Amino acid sequence: MTSTALSPQPPASWRRYFGFSTDAKVIGIQYIVVSFFFFLVAGLLAMIIRGELLTPAADLVDRTVYNGLYTMHGTIMLFLFIFPVLNGLNNLLIPTMIGAPDMAFPRLNTAAFWMVPVFGLLLIASFFVPSGPASAGWWSYPPVSLQNPLGHLISGEFLWVLAVALSGISSILGAVNFVTTILRMRAPGMGFFRMPVFCWTALAAQSLQLIGLPALTGGAVMLLMDLTLGTSFYRPEGGGDPVLYQHFFWFYSHPAVYVIILPVFGIFSELFPVYSRKPLFGYVYVALASFIIVGLGLIVWVHHMFPSGVAQWMRNLFMVTTMLIAVPTGVKVFAWLGTMWRGKIRLTTPMLFCIGGLFNFVFAGITGVMLATVPVDIHVSNTYFVVGHFHYVIYGAAVMGIFAAIYHWFPKFTGRMPYEGLGKLHFVLTFLGANLNFLPMHPLGLMGMPRRVSSYDPEFAFWNVLASLGAFLLGVSIIPFLLNMISSWVRGPRATHNPWNAIGLEWLLPSPPPEDNFGEHVPTVISPPYGYGKNEPLVEHQAEIERALTLAEATR
Amino acid sequence: MSSSSPNRRLGGISLIALGLWIGLVMAISIWMAGQAQHWLPVQASNAAPLVDGLFRFETGVGTFVFLGVVSVMAWTMLVHRAEKYDESDAEPIEGNTRLEVIWTVIPLVLVMAIAWYAIQVNTELGVLGPMEHIHPRDAQEELGGYPGDRLPPEQVEVIARQWSWEFRYPGRNVSSTELHLELDRPVTFRLVSEDVLHGFYIPAFRLKQDVIPGRAIDFTLTPTRLGRYRLRDSQFSGTWFAANQADVVVESAEDHASWLKQGAAAPLQSGLSPAVGEYAERQTAGRGGWPTVVPAPPPQVNVPGSSSLPHDA
Repeated sequence: MTSTALSPQPPASWRRYFGFSTDAKVIGIQYIVVSFFFFLVAGLLAMIIRGELLTPAADLVDRTVYNGLYTMHGTIMLFLFIFPVLNGLNNLLIPTMIGAPDMAFPRLNTAAFWMVPVFGLLLIASFFVPSGPASAGWWSYPPVSLQNPLGHLISGEFLWVLAVALSGISSILGAVNFVTTILRMRAPGMGFFRMPVFCWTALAAQSLQLIGLPALTGGAVMLLMDLTLGTSFYRPEGGGDPVLYQHFFWFYSHPAVYVIILPVFGIFSELFPVYSRKPLFGYVYVALASFIIVGLGLIVWVHHMFPSGVAQWMRNLFMVTTMLIAVPTGVKVFAWLGTMWRGKIRLTTPMLFCIGGLFNFVFAGITGVMLATVPVDIHVSNTYFVVGHFHYVIYGAAVMGIFAAIYHWFPKFTGRMPYEGLGKLHFVLTFLGANLNFLPMHPLGLMGMPRRVSSYDPEFAFWNVLASLGAFLLGVSIIPFLLNMISSWVRGPRATHNPWNAIGLEWLLPSPPPEDNFGEHVPTVISPPYGYGKNEPLVEHQAEIERALTLAEATR
Repeated sequence: MSSSSPNRRLGGISLIALGLWIGLVMAISIWMAGQAQHWLPVQASNAAPLVDGLFRFETGVGTFVFLGVVSVMAWTMLVHRAEKYDESDAEPIEGNTRLEVIWTVIPLVLVMAIAWYAIQVNTELGVLGPMEHIHPRDAQEELGGYPGDRLPPEQVEVIARQWSWEFRYPGRNVSSTELHLELDRPVTFRLVSEDVLHGFYIPAFRLKQDVIPGRAIDFTLTPTRLGRYRLRDSQFSGTWFAANQADVVVESAEDHASWLKQGAAAPLQSGLSPAVGEYAERQTAGRGGWPTVVPAPPPQVNVPGSSSLPHDA
């Protein structure tokens, strides 16, 4: 960390990606690559699930296997794909966007990352214990999650709870690091209202982690004690209350959706200005809306429990709080539309993923408002309508936003340009596949098909076949993505420091940036972000910095 | 949104075009609201028209919002695309406080209007009966007894198990694995579970209530349409969760009375439990799979009924 941006660096070895690095940029890529490994694993499980659901009968796999597969699909996608991939982006983007040399606690960062493969292996190992993996769904509601037919201590459920607890610890360590870094390590001149929106949303999301995760972890510890020590926190026969667990679980797990979607809002807010060549419309409102979402997000969890037996006043109260979330979310959506309006729009791969993601997100928001209203929710809760809704949020909006981010910042952190043609093919297949997969789930839910079923009545067959075809198309859509990533990283055209002509501190670093980013030469920020069309520099001496970077690129 | 661009006046033709477009979007939204009814099963309880009315309203409003947003996105992509080789930036519009206020207040009013409507429906549903009443099960019941004489005679006891549904008519000494209800007559259920969480869900009735071990939940509804419907377990309950379904028959008062009479005279026999059959098959075939909870034996009932007849929803 003593070298400066100007001193020559030894050529970085690829081996650093396989060791205990403390460099946030290495850890970021480690997070992303590991998370995509698990993405493929959980995606494969989804293919088997959709294979089973091609026909009404339970005929592809045994019912116990189906239940294990859908449980592990959800668990792996959430705890081993989406949270780690977002933490990867946080690692890459937060220090470079605020001009910090690294995270506030680099060793903590390493520890938080290396817990991911550990609990990932624990979860994968649960496929090989005699009991089979956990199979009570990713909610793991007791008492069904406490049923342990073999009676072994080391059961799939035991490993599952352990892995979720480790994931929680890893996320808390990460959150402490991200929050501290954003609060304490911003470049000179970068007040809160000159901070890129991605950092605002990361701060909001990581604050939610710090507030919410203790509830889930506490709930999980009690579940573990019920499972192994014979306590009765949730066992009705011992005087426990199974509904108590649902409160602990959803107090965190609903905000967890905002932990996922807020950084994606951040990505949208970064990318729409770049590819519309206009400032973000209403920056201050977009930034502050994140924290309104945090506040509201913490008081909506009972909407997951409307049919569980809660009082009427609670149903009405939580319905109103849930619907209020539409307001700050709407502010953001309209801000992106306002940004595109009368812009000079460039439909690059990242922009296409943003537009497609926004399209899906608006749809998901509308079904979300439907789900918030108690009478409709009573009918469709625990049906495929809900499955369709959250896959639109998670895959349709969040994963597409993550793809947008990967294509956009790929040149910055690898020094290579991704291929546009493959990227656009990836976009088209993803957009079509996601809609074909998840749209049919809504009519299925409205007709009354419960979620988590390994067989169904024949009247549901038509929409299920469509959904399965969509799922297989989504499987295919990953091929051009992987091809693009691997081939462009190995032999893609070299990237300049700012190939998209974007405004932001990270674009004033070489591609890839040196280990300590700006080192001792952190520029002083003199303008708000997103100054497209304003012709004013973001930092002091910007022209000289850019000239030096261009010169270095010309002579390499 | 276009009309609020501050420094560019809209021509008459553009205003008319915008008005026509909004009219078209509104027409599509109203059409979609009508279509929404066809996505739902038949209405077989007095709760269904209320729930469906709210859903149609939400579909209409939702379609309008969705198409509005997508129209703006499509317009910008068509009209505000950068020319090829145009590397310049657009005019730097940084925001507009009046617009921010508008697009905060309008959604706020809209969602609060929907919430108000939903609370009205909720209240009405509460009056009609489906909102449950929860009380802990007492010690005697915990021991396995369900003394019929202590329940109101009209109450139907619903016992959920891994994996079967049993329905008892304590006043009439009838038990069944097929739920029979009288048309247009309110019925109160007493929902109990012998093991894990289950969900009492009849899509045609638009009603759902989790069945929670350790609690007895009173739940009232009124069937309004003759026919045969599906009751589906809606809260994941383990291996044969998907097979944990039963038929619900709504019949006229005469038919119901004669069904009860015949049922009371019938001897106890094994009720329906597809899980028991599948489990036995699984044991003999020795197929793969992970260990499972053994299904509870089929309940001994007067009338097993059927779950293979065609159902209306």
